[in-house]
Amino acid sequence: MASEEELLEEITSSEYKYGFVTDIESDKAPKGLNEDIIRFISAKKNEPEWMLDYRLKAYRIWKKMIEPEWAHLKYPKPDFQDIHYYSAPKPKKQLDSLDEVDPEMLATFEKLGISLDEQKRLTGVAVDFVMDSVSVATSFKEKLGELGIIFCSFSEAVQEHPELVKQYLGTVVPTSDNFYAALNSAVFTDGSFCYIPKGVRCPMELSTYFRINEANTGQFERTLVIADEGSYVSYLEGCTAPMRDENQLHAAVVELVALNNAEIKYSTIQNWYPGSKEGKGGIYNFVTKRGLCLENSKISWTQVETGSAVTWKYPGCVLKGDNSVGEFYSVAVTANHQQADTGSKMLHIGKNTKSTIISKGISAGQSNNSYRGLVKINKNATNSRNFTQCDSLLMGNNCGAHTFPYIEISNKSSKVEHEATTSKIGEDQIFYCKQRGMDEETAINLIVNGYCKEVLNQLPMEFAVEAQKLLEISLEGSVG
Amino acid sequence: MEQVIKPSIKEDFLRHFDFLDFSFDQEFYKNQRKEAKALIQNLDFPTSKTEYWKYTRLNKVLKGKYSFKELESTPYDLQGLAQNRLVFVNGYFSESLSKVNVGEGVYFAPLSQAKQENKELQNSFGKLYKQDEIFAVMNQAYHQDGAVLMVKKGKVVEEELLILNIIDGENIISQPRNLIHLSENAQAKVILKTIGYNSSASFTNMLTEVFVDTSANLEIAKIQEESKTAYQIATEQVKQEANSFFKINTFTFNGALVRNNLNIDLLGQHTESWLSGLYLLKEKQHVDNHTYVLHREPNCESNELYKGILDDQSTGVFNGKVFVHREAQKTNAYQSNANMLMTDDVTINSKPELEIYADDVKCSHGSTTGQLDEEALFYLRSRGIGYKTAMATLLKAFSADVIDQIGIESVQLEVEEFINKSFKGV
Repeated sequence: MASEEELLEEITSSEYKYGFVTDIESDKAPKGLNEDIIRFISAKKNEPEWMLDYRLKAYRIWKKMIEPEWAHLKYPKPDFQDIHYYSAPKPKKQLDSLDEVDPEMLATFEKLGISLDEQKRLTGVAVDFVMDSVSVATSFKEKLGELGIIFCSFSEAVQEHPELVKQYLGTVVPTSDNFYAALNSAVFTDGSFCYIPKGVRCPMELSTYFRINEANTGQFERTLVIADEGSYVSYLEGCTAPMRDENQLHAAVVELVALNNAEIKYSTIQNWYPGSKEGKGGIYNFVTKRGLCLENSKISWTQVETGSAVTWKYPGCVLKGDNSVGEFYSVAVTANHQQADTGSKMLHIGKNTKSTIISKGISAGQSNNSYRGLVKINKNATNSRNFTQCDSLLMGNNCGAHTFPYIEISNKSSKVEHEATTSKIGEDQIFYCKQRGMDEETAINLIVNGYCKEVLNQLPMEFAVEAQKLLEISLEGSVG
Repeated sequence: MEQVIKPSIKEDFLRHFDFLDFSFDQEFYKNQRKEAKALIQNLDFPTSKTEYWKYTRLNKVLKGKYSFKELESTPYDLQGLAQNRLVFVNGYFSESLSKVNVGEGVYFAPLSQAKQENKELQNSFGKLYKQDEIFAVMNQAYHQDGAVLMVKKGKVVEEELLILNIIDGENIISQPRNLIHLSENAQAKVILKTIGYNSSASFTNMLTEVFVDTSANLEIAKIQEESKTAYQIATEQVKQEANSFFKINTFTFNGALVRNNLNIDLLGQHTESWLSGLYLLKEKQHVDNHTYVLHREPNCESNELYKGILDDQSTGVFNGKVFVHREAQKTNAYQSNANMLMTDDVTINSKPELEIYADDVKCSHGSTTGQLDEEALFYLRSRGIGYKTAMATLLKAFSADVIDQIGIESVQLEVEEFINKSFKGV
């Protein structure tokens, strides 16, 4: 087993593959945050009065809040006055085809391994590409339009569908929800908006690729997905970010609304720059994600988290309607000096509500990986059911794996189960694989892939392939 | 706002101790008290924002007005209780109720006496309490009497020893303090019991320091049977050396608000620890069990099993934490919490935590919450067993694995009887 340590060493030392910077001159707001900056952002985006009011209200709430410190994370606090809250690639005229896109950006696509063109043709995925907060390319829009599906950038939605935005914005994640949600509500620059009309089954996976591109730019995405009665949508979100030395802050808010009988499947691959081997730089990822389920509806979160220096993320479901279902499947990999405090929140309010949480954590190097989750069953949520399983895998002896579940139950007819295990990869398993002619790294890859299978199976096919590739990269780079 | 109110609650509460006279203490202990008093200055009572007190509100407890009260006559029927016992009433030692007949190598005496005559006590007394935990510090500064048990090297105490705290009267405050020290290879079984007689709205803050030396073997059965309006905070601070064995069973049967802090520090290799508990709650009772097991050395094992039956409007809290240090390879740590809810007005908050920094470990935890199996109940009834008996049978079956842990027969019987008695009335 002498090679195990060498292998870990080798893996921990591999470089971030997606580190590159696209050079697009950006239109920046000056550093710092005050009401004028918010007015500047709002004016820049041509927003109506109510939107500005919403932002200012959020800002005033934010000013009174203090940064949460309860998470099992250690990091230098970001200086909120040292961030550009607005930066956009120079305004360009509307693009109809890929040819009009900045060739440099096309090259970025190339490096990311997603040829937009090919993806359009082969997979039928509509890609809304967000680069530094402003949408540049949106495809398949017409096709979706025929079904009445709205899939556009958030700023576009504010202009064109103000009634929908007004009705749902902040209903799932109120501005006062938490520190970062309030900050996001005040300064969000762009994001995605999606509306599926009654009874429509969205024929393709909707997907957005986020990139954080400009140094010192906090990225504040806002996503709002509304599935009207009886509709279905599967939404993909994937991220890679270029290598940077300074910590970059990312505080996104994602709100999902599933009306009666609707279903939303939300999948995320997060692969932002995790910082260097020495723990320098990397993205701060403080995300608030929550879904609201009305009667007979279902929201399913699936996430594969391999990036970011610091992750603070608890996608949750408010199971308000009777018979609603919430699911959470997660794989979180931390290596080097990464830290993750992530998990899920399931609030059972309606009767016969069900939730499942499957969380798989893998920690390597000097990283710390925590699961923190809440399952709350209200008094009136009769016959509710929750099953939670969180497993941790430790690789090497300098990392940590932690579990902090909160289980609060006030109803006697509910059944709640929680189990967690922590272990390392069995030497007998590795031995078995090696005996069959595999080298150690392949063996570890195989075992880790098997360990994560339950979660990876939940991902849409194209995503699953990418996720597996990502895991392998992280593994080869950080695990085993 | 809070900042203005809090210090005054603390000052108000500390006023309870103002007129206590500790002049009888020896210099060593007086100094210890002084140090603790200084520590209190920088501490505050926990609020709902304090993570480890998140689910337990102390307002009611802290706003109470209490008094210390030493009784002259103590007419209790203690027949059938253990032959070796130290009895304390409202925190004061009662010589007439106590009975000590231990062999050589065993020191079992009230703290007030031990402080005078047992020099060895100074080596361990006050060494374990947590200096950042206000209730422990408060006990250190203002403790009354309590029991001291010291067992010499290799000595096996066959019979169980009873430390009994009786609370009698209204609005009684008491701060008992115990110390148990088992030397190398020693063995003992201790029953730590608190009961209430005609008492109401009392407040007890008990602290027990426990030293289990190399290869020693200690079992504690802790029984809390105070009055329905009593408040109790009980802390056990345990230190285990290599190859030692420690077991504690906590039974909470009564009390308006009970908080148990059990902290175990594993300092040597190959130790074994068993923590179990059973709480049977009714009416508006609130019971909060906190455990903390700190694995510092390799090859240790800890097992934790807490079960609860919650009825009426009661609230239960379980917060178990296992911390595994980087050096503590080959640790096996298991944690399990199961709750049975009898009505829709009860609440259970369960928080089993793991914090692990070593990779070659086997750690797991589980938490389940459910209800009585209607089909099982129906099955028993269809065999001609009455509703109440059937109910008691099922609840006893649910508690069986905790009861089986008890190594003291009399306690086992007592617990079984309690379940029979209390749940035949449902």
